[in-house]
Amino acid sequence: MQTIAIIDYGMGNLHSAAKAFEHVAGNAKIIVTHEAEKILKADRVVLPGVGAIRDCIAEIKRLGVDKVVAECIQSKPFLGVCVGMQALMSFSEENNGTECLNFFSGEVKFFGTNLHDSHGERLKIPHMGWNQVQQKSNHPLWRDIKQSSRFYFVHSYYVQAAEQSVVQGECEYGLPFAAAIGRDNVFAVQFHPEKSAHAGLQLLQNFSQWNGDGV
Amino acid sequence: MGLAKRIIPCLDVDNGRVVKGVQFVDIRDAGDPIEVARRYDEQGADEITFLDITASAHDRETMVHVVEAVASQVFIPLTVGGGIRTVDDVRRMLNAGADKVSINTAAVFNPDFVREASEKFGAQCIVVAIDAKRVSAENEAPRWEIFTHGGRKPTGIDAIEWAKKMVQLGAGEILLTSMDRDGTREGFDLALTRAISDAVTVPVIASGGVGSLQHLAAGVTEGKADAVLAASIFHFGEHTVAQAKAVMAQAGIEVRDE
Repeated sequence: MQTIAIIDYGMGNLHSAAKAFEHVAGNAKIIVTHEAEKILKADRVVLPGVGAIRDCIAEIKRLGVDKVVAECIQSKPFLGVCVGMQALMSFSEENNGTECLNFFSGEVKFFGTNLHDSHGERLKIPHMGWNQVQQKSNHPLWRDIKQSSRFYFVHSYYVQAAEQSVVQGECEYGLPFAAAIGRDNVFAVQFHPEKSAHAGLQLLQNFSQWNGDGV
Repeated sequence: MGLAKRIIPCLDVDNGRVVKGVQFVDIRDAGDPIEVARRYDEQGADEITFLDITASAHDRETMVHVVEAVASQVFIPLTVGGGIRTVDDVRRMLNAGADKVSINTAAVFNPDFVREASEKFGAQCIVVAIDAKRVSAENEAPRWEIFTHGGRKPTGIDAIEWAKKMVQLGAGEILLTSMDRDGTREGFDLALTRAISDAVTVPVIASGGVGSLQHLAAGVTEGKADAVLAASIFHFGEHTVAQAKAVMAQAGIEVRDE
């Protein structure tokens, strides 16, 4: 039986993510933990995250999760979600500038308070709700998910990857941004698959079956 | 194409049971929050809001279990309101699987609570519920004030200023209810909705007064709401969420229909 470890570093509720995995990966054991030994032994690893990035990175480092992530990211299917995606970038503008884990080059930027859509309508921040994700690749995690499906987003900062080649999915909210990035065995999404009904559950199921090969 | 406007069915829950007589054809237990939430999920609801109307604090623990159970089976965002008064109340609901909590009266009596909760858990999960009533005469420029206790007690606080203040303190979203329209089925107070939506940077959910699907569409097109919340028109089987989305789409509103 495979094990999926959801890294718990004290930022936010992981109940829904765990339940969503239990729902789609019936024969997997889902563990929610920050213990290095358990995470390193798991077959797959999920890095979630909500709230302010500075607090997230601080807790990740305090608990030694950064070292565990560094090791897992080299070796097994790895999924970052929301702030868990942002944490993988080099740097975030949030909290007057926060150094992140730097597994992907690129920055996390603020949407700004003067954002408009193509019709000139003012856009609210946070970007909250169901938006379309343009799949940029045939990545295994997109399997059986229709092109341009909607996923649930809630965030005020967005990822701008330095290399376009890692962008697996793009979304538009006043400006285009990376909704999903991936390289080798690592995939990360800005939206919340555990809250995105069918499309989100399909992505989690795909992750639970993914061998870690990229596109 | 872009962000869809959201439709949010709202369920009143008393001591763990859905009340106000939800009526679906062929539902086994119309009082079961899980079953009702699942129905709305199947119809395409974009989120679900639970309003805990349980009177005693002791019985409120029941709501935590309701949220846990629903969050284990329904994978769309859940908001919980009613009786959220302390940081610990917020934490318990989020840990149970709620994505957002809605703070109402507690914000009026202790605005700092909004700041505290937002700093602790992030603005994305803090909804401030505003109950507003028009206080200006018909021939005057419209002015609305915050009311508490189900619209009975005036506070003297201007609704627009209050909304701005709540956002400053860390509200990530505003749930705006017109106490003049609530329960009337005459439609949202569109002037109020528009005034608040224009005044704040965060999304606004319109609520109070929905009697037809056209009312939902008007909340977005004229009220500039980012989401619309309704209870009775969905509960009594008059209309499904899918029908609401069809009407909204016809009005040129972008909706999630998949």
